[in-house]
Amino acid sequence: MATVETRALTKRFEASNAVDAVDLLVKEGEFLVLLGPSGCGKTTLLRMLAGLETPTSGDVLIGGEVVTGLAPRARNVAMVFQSYALYPHLSVRGNIAFPLRAAGAHRDEIANKVETAATMFGIQSLLQRKPRQLSGGERQRVALARAVVRNPVVFLLDEPLSNLDAKLRASARDELQQFQRRLGTTTVYVTHDQVEAMGLGERIAVLDRGRIRQLGTPLEVYHDPADTFVATFMGSPPMNLMETDHVIRGFRPEHCLPREVLGDGGEITPFALTVTRIEYLGADRLIYGTLEAPNPAARVIARLPSTITLPIESGKRYEFAVRTREIKYFDRETGLKRAPTAA
Amino acid sequence: MCPLVVREPEVSAPRFGVKHRLARGGHVLILAAFVTFLAFPFYWMGLTTFKQTRDLIDITHNPFVFNLPPTLENLRVLFYDTQFGQWIINTVEVGALVTLITLLLALPAGYALARLSGRWGQRLGIAIFLTYLIPPTILFIPFSRIIGSLGLQDSLWSLVLVYPSFTVPFCSWLLMGFFKSIPRDIEEAAMIDGLSRLGAFVRVVVPISSAGILTVVIFTLTLVMQEFVYGLTFITTSSHYTVSVGVPTFLVRGDVYFWGSLMGACLIVSLPVALLYNIFVERFVAGFTVGAVK
Repeated sequence: MATVETRALTKRFEASNAVDAVDLLVKEGEFLVLLGPSGCGKTTLLRMLAGLETPTSGDVLIGGEVVTGLAPRARNVAMVFQSYALYPHLSVRGNIAFPLRAAGAHRDEIANKVETAATMFGIQSLLQRKPRQLSGGERQRVALARAVVRNPVVFLLDEPLSNLDAKLRASARDELQQFQRRLGTTTVYVTHDQVEAMGLGERIAVLDRGRIRQLGTPLEVYHDPADTFVATFMGSPPMNLMETDHVIRGFRPEHCLPREVLGDGGEITPFALTVTRIEYLGADRLIYGTLEAPNPAARVIARLPSTITLPIESGKRYEFAVRTREIKYFDRETGLKRAPTAA
Repeated sequence: MCPLVVREPEVSAPRFGVKHRLARGGHVLILAAFVTFLAFPFYWMGLTTFKQTRDLIDITHNPFVFNLPPTLENLRVLFYDTQFGQWIINTVEVGALVTLITLLLALPAGYALARLSGRWGQRLGIAIFLTYLIPPTILFIPFSRIIGSLGLQDSLWSLVLVYPSFTVPFCSWLLMGFFKSIPRDIEEAAMIDGLSRLGAFVRVVVPISSAGILTVVIFTLTLVMQEFVYGLTFITTSSHYTVSVGVPTFLVRGDVYFWGSLMGACLIVSLPVALLYNIFVERFVAGFTVGAVK
């Protein structure tokens, strides 16, 4: 167990910064998720933590010690790749034992630890098989067992669930979280999937163009986004944004409800919505519409739970409203969060 | 196949059967054509090896079968009247050493070209491949000067020294292709799991590339076995000949061809290569990295 820290960590590729002066502190035993769209630098950041990529400038610290120039093997970190990167010429046993063999462990010790790791992931019966004889889920378990087997100080996970089918992914997410809690090993997890990030992370670092836009708990990141990027990246459908003179006002689709449903409790901000399209998603109904005055250009998505059975038809105009306290304000120039009152 | 036919409704069954049989027939025909094409040289070599010379040269005889009783005379000539046994030993010795040298140079070279040299790697790779295209007929004159000043005339070591000049470039290039097909993730996983880059290369990349290495071995052995110009130029004593020089030198005298013995020599040399290739052909075809990623 150890902290992981980066100080002004920068990686330049060609002309642009893939990772741009990132300061990040992962606490001991924490499960931190790096979240961002593809090309935001999250994988490059992870690879610099692992030592697979040399930073252009800045430092990486593991357990309080600078490891910037050290080779991957000297950092005692374990990494699970998106592709799992199993050794195809070795059996499952050989794969899991590989880090121990590389460290020159004794044969009995290897046998013991491989057994323990395999039991942890329920793959004892697969030890004799080759990777090509395994299913996607089994390969992922082997990759995790290989990462766990030598008690690394840090786990680095690069989208380890993205190759699994949707059903398996949910249960794998659950297992992943359980075993991380049990081991208490500091974990950095890279993903572009916000559902995964919300479900797994103790804290989420949202990245865009090489910079951390926001670092916070899933709730903070979702309900109190630091800027318009985070506001629109988190949540599906994203936060509605309406530009006015100086500020951008934003609210979540689930907070935008028909006026009569919202009732009279508390202060509300009403507006007229012309519905253009309706999508039924089972548990929810998505209402796409355009606002009328004072802001005719803005498109708004409302998310109505199926418990609201109010008939709504496309092409008609309805009164919708948002509770005023749910409205977020962003600066029009910088996109950053700001106070509601205009300066 | 059969259950499919049975389940067909009765009316359409015969038609399906005819179609099916036609398809199968075509299948077999194509296979037969390939088998004939590939196996015929071996049949011809075997047949000629054991034919009496009188049987071979009589144009009224059917050339595809024995018209007179088979004989071992041609093999006797090959082994007792020439130094064929010694030539094979020479060839195997040179082949083994050249293969070893080629692997020692081409493995790291191919890996470096595939992984480490960025934009210039591609150009360097092509440059190296181009050197393979310079024919021995141009190179043997300068080479013979070099061999002379090294004092290696009439020594098998001259061949051990010269043959890598065409095996190493080609094999580096060939291995580069193999290494490029290995996902980087696997090496990086090995480096995180506690190995240096060299360690990852030796313990992960090389075992995974066994198909590529086998290709290099077979390719090198084949080249050494068939090389003629250097062998003829640098070696003068018959006991130092390799198979490719010794056989045509001693079994073609003037305009007299010892066909039976020639074919016997070819058969004995080509069979092991064909077997080696066939035993490992599955590894050539099946990608060995299946299951590593995705």
